[in-house]
Amino acid sequence: MAGFDKVVTSYEEAMQGLEDNMTVLAGGFGLCGIPENLIGEIKRKGTKGLTVVSNNCGVDGFGLGVLLEDKQVRKMVSSYVGENALFEKQLLDGELEVELTPQGTLAEKMRAGGAGIPAFYTATGVGTPVAEGKEVKVFDGREYLLEPSIKGDFAIVKGWKADRYGNVVYRHTAQNFNPLVATAGKITVVEVEEIVEVGELDPTQIHTPGIYVDRVILGTFEKRIEQRTVKSA
Amino acid sequence: MALTREQMAQRVAQELQDGFYVNLGIGIPTLVANYIPDDMEVMLQSENGLLGMGEFPTEDTIDADMINAGKQTVTAIKGASIFSSAESFAMIRGGHVDLTVLGAFEVDVNGNIASWMIPNKLIKGMGGAMDLVAGADNIIVTMTHASKKGESKLLADCSLPLTGKGCIKKVLTDLAWLEIENGAFVLKERAPGVSVEEIIEKTQGKLVVPDDVPEMVFTK
Repeated sequence: MAGFDKVVTSYEEAMQGLEDNMTVLAGGFGLCGIPENLIGEIKRKGTKGLTVVSNNCGVDGFGLGVLLEDKQVRKMVSSYVGENALFEKQLLDGELEVELTPQGTLAEKMRAGGAGIPAFYTATGVGTPVAEGKEVKVFDGREYLLEPSIKGDFAIVKGWKADRYGNVVYRHTAQNFNPLVATAGKITVVEVEEIVEVGELDPTQIHTPGIYVDRVILGTFEKRIEQRTVKSA
Repeated sequence: MALTREQMAQRVAQELQDGFYVNLGIGIPTLVANYIPDDMEVMLQSENGLLGMGEFPTEDTIDADMINAGKQTVTAIKGASIFSSAESFAMIRGGHVDLTVLGAFEVDVNGNIASWMIPNKLIKGMGGAMDLVAGADNIIVTMTHASKKGESKLLADCSLPLTGKGCIKKVLTDLAWLEIENGAFVLKERAPGVSVEEIIEKTQGKLVVPDDVPEMVFTK
């Protein structure tokens, strides 16, 4: 009896059920807090036609950027892209579609998606290209846009520690989009640096309660730094 | 003389108040952090999910899990908090940040701002800029007054796609401090040595020039 035990031991098992043309939500901000090995498994599987929802699309050769190499991504939903030459090329060649979404709206779309809220109003984007085709409603004299929420077939998440029940904590700013992504996937997979015994994580400090999590896997991470800045000694 | 980037940061820093939560954009706004007065407590918000951003780390303390919204490695001050992107933008959208400073390509007399997209050039995205301008009440835009070709960036109507509509009230350029009131730029201060005539010449949108336009004063 597995009960609430969410731990799987192979990446193949972790991403089982991922099929062509699915929508994948991915945590991370830049290269910080990205599910490196789950992305790697999508590359290995060769799944194609994916819609990927993530704040950014990695860089050439790392992070989500590796999924561009074999043209696995059909559409990206992001707030900021183009840190990679391959992305730019595929976009200009019409092989890749991009839906640019304001960062806060993107976060809220996944939070709402995971919370059973189909859409919400926000002032962000009123009067801009983002507003095209969207309903505008006035509240207290101010215009707001109706923004539909986002749900995914798969959510891939990078945590710091998890227990077998799938309770997760994140480390520092590697949290970013991860807890929102975790709530909005039909199947949510979390890879972590450490799996601890049930009861070891302080219940009051859990970022993602296990109810949102379907699979947990232990990984090792490169944690590449995008902008290495240090103060002069 | 037009202000240097450092002087622009210094001038913006004069708008800080003790106890302010502040979001600084990339570029000149980031430099404002260097001019926070010693006798003042200001907490910096970074929209990737950090309230209480500190200085850059040393080689010994550098941590890949600790970055700011510019993806630079940073530290957290004592008393900082770290949270999700949704929480971060709840603070921003909800109007809890006291001051937002960001750059722009163009601003117009109706408080519209264009800062993220130049058609037919590579478009990288708006990041958090649209949320920041929509959510904040107190925004300072920092930019050069005119392009290198001499084209004004203070316009009657923004020509580029907008980042936000009717949300800008204060602009600091390398030539002047201006505030937007009733469909016009009001010239409040000029950079030391810069003439009112030069500012008039380089401002395309309607400009109101009071009788007395003081020069900016730098204390440091």
